[in-house]
Amino acid sequence: MEQEYFITAFSENSIGLLNRITIIFTRRQVNIESLNVSQSSIHGIHKFTIVVNTTREKVEKVTKQIEKLVEVLKAFYHTSEEVIQQEIAVYKVKTEALMNSKEIENLVRNSGARILEITPDYTVIEKTGYKSETQELFDKLDQYGVTQFTRSGTVAVTKNPKELLTEYLKEVGWKA
Amino acid sequence: MDTLTKKKEDEGQAPKTKRITGSEAIILSLIEEGVEVIFGYPGGNIMPVYDALYHYQDKHIRHILARHEQGAAHAAQGYARVSGKVGVALATSGPGATNLITGIADALLDSTPLVCITGQVGSPLLGTDAFQETDVIGISMPVTKWNVLVTKAEDIPAAIAKAFYIAKSGRPGPVLIDITKDAQFAQFDYEYKKCTSVRSYIPAPKVEASKIEEAATIINSAQKPFALIGQGVILGAAEAELRAFLEKTGIPAAWTLLGNSALPTDHPLNVGMLGMHGNYGPNIKSNECDVLIAIGMRFDDRVTGDVKRYAKQAKVIHLEIDPAEVDKNVKTTVAILGDVKESLPLLTEKVSANKHEAWMEEFKKCAEIEFEKVIKHDIFPEKEGLTMGEVIRKINEKTKGEAVMVTDVGQQQMIASRYFKFNKTRSVVTSGGLGTMGFGLPAAIGAKLGAPDREVIAVIGDGGLQMTIQELGTIFQDEVPVKIVLLNNTFLGMVRQWQQLFFDKRYSSTPLINPDFIAIAKAYCIAGEKVTDRSNLEAAIDTMLNHKGPYLLEVKVEKEDNVFPMVPAGCSVSEIRLE
Repeated sequence: MEQEYFITAFSENSIGLLNRITIIFTRRQVNIESLNVSQSSIHGIHKFTIVVNTTREKVEKVTKQIEKLVEVLKAFYHTSEEVIQQEIAVYKVKTEALMNSKEIENLVRNSGARILEITPDYTVIEKTGYKSETQELFDKLDQYGVTQFTRSGTVAVTKNPKELLTEYLKEVGWKA
Repeated sequence: MDTLTKKKEDEGQAPKTKRITGSEAIILSLIEEGVEVIFGYPGGNIMPVYDALYHYQDKHIRHILARHEQGAAHAAQGYARVSGKVGVALATSGPGATNLITGIADALLDSTPLVCITGQVGSPLLGTDAFQETDVIGISMPVTKWNVLVTKAEDIPAAIAKAFYIAKSGRPGPVLIDITKDAQFAQFDYEYKKCTSVRSYIPAPKVEASKIEEAATIINSAQKPFALIGQGVILGAAEAELRAFLEKTGIPAAWTLLGNSALPTDHPLNVGMLGMHGNYGPNIKSNECDVLIAIGMRFDDRVTGDVKRYAKQAKVIHLEIDPAEVDKNVKTTVAILGDVKESLPLLTEKVSANKHEAWMEEFKKCAEIEFEKVIKHDIFPEKEGLTMGEVIRKINEKTKGEAVMVTDVGQQQMIASRYFKFNKTRSVVTSGGLGTMGFGLPAAIGAKLGAPDREVIAVIGDGGLQMTIQELGTIFQDEVPVKIVLLNNTFLGMVRQWQQLFFDKRYSSTPLINPDFIAIAKAYCIAGEKVTDRSNLEAAIDTMLNHKGPYLLEVKVEKEDNVFPMVPAGCSVSEIRLE
């Protein structure tokens, strides 16, 4: 059965690694729904967060093949229940639309979004949350015309008390 | 061998580092890694390296000039496979680099340690579509274990050290280093340090004692255990450990195409070859055993047939160095991760001594059936035309299991793998995973250089020979005394066999109109003989083996012989066909 999985890969910060990782998905014909790369809580170690919709069998094999890459220290996969996840979305609407309708202001207030910038021409609104939440706000705002929209990759941390990698680093005797 | 840098230090006067060019550093680094032979082809963006090589050639490193970069890559593979050392290939940017790719892909699938060094356009030209610029890092990414672009001379020694470490450690594989021309020219203070670890890379997982216990319990209660030997045994140099395990437990063992020669052919527990054209017993019994012990093999689809109907009745124990191989194709009951050199003795210690005579008897019965139906006709034919099998049998009679067998790909590969006999490990050089036609001739060159004291016999078909026939020039120039056995059936035989069996004998583009191969060899001053009649075969083989230099023996074999047994694609191993 296909479901949403969050793959987390801890790696060195080296040129071309993203390409190496995406090749693994391409070969197995798994589409990447979202991707985020950033520094992890461990100095010098980068973290890939990759969201895919696939089967448990495929995600397990893909994760092992990611971990096999020389520059990858460790890779894990989790279901959405096992992680705390968040996305950020940024919406641009015409200020004129905002002025003409009280509704937009209510939308912003009720959805927990915030306004980043207002100019005479446009207003930029930001919202963080699950994809479904940022999508809902988009659908509502779009009734008044969203001129630009972008959503970040999912960032996620596990419900484990520590970064999963620290165990591994301890095991192999490296100081984080 | 004293290396140049070491000599300097020994003299006491010289400083620890010396100022040299990137190109010279490449050569010195290779010498530090113990490289004695490299295979390559010069061109614009690798010229500084060839210039540096000029100084060290023959004294420290022998360079074999291939006739095509693909040949250089396959030769490096052949060298690595017989010697256990890292094979090194050198090529220029652009087409030189892309021509290496087939060999690199072959080496990845067959876990062969290679270090390929390619020249690249100068760093200011990177990404500008410069002359002979190609993104070889991008192209080779899916087919290398690791690769890196080096743009500064001072990064060269560390890159080479890391490349050798990664190529040969753990599950070996090909590595590519792309070095820009300006980095080859630039001067820097050279110092070489061998690489002994990479932070993010664990070559071999630690063997878990609990898994050994679990596996031993299963093995000790097994009634019909069956061991599958892969190339992991050879790569891990665990042949003695394998024998100790098998001999204590009395478990029959079959081998994959690449696991061939890990166990001597005549060993009483050796029941033969697995897979599509493997032996009857090993295929049938894969689906009848109660415990399957896979040792350093990866359940390739050519071994399993229809994987949904493969060994479902058995508990599967998988000894494997690469965690990504575990449960990839076949679900395991117990996975023992780690180097088999380490895990096998631990397992041997825990298992009880046993004999599985009745079970072995079942394999013998299968072997008898196969002999009557297939083998007899292959190696002792009664028909007029010569068969591939009888040629291999005759060679066996002369070489007595001591030769290295190199094959190309196709019918001749399967027949040679089935019938060639081996006493020693690392005696087989064949393209397994990628099935690269044209592999045989250049790989034989490398094999001979990697095992100069052994007889190297390359069994090649008329199709495959013509894919890399230009390497006869390399054999000629470098006087590489390989014995080429051309089994000529004037067809692309394996494809023709499939056309006969599955495509209503519609021989689409498989008949070959061939040149005079002996005349081609003669043009390269390579001696040869063509055999068309059985009565001349033995004497011709003697002449070939007694000849000092390279030799081409062409044997005109039956045009439309098929290789059996056969597990047709998509069928279960139980559905193996004997005719």
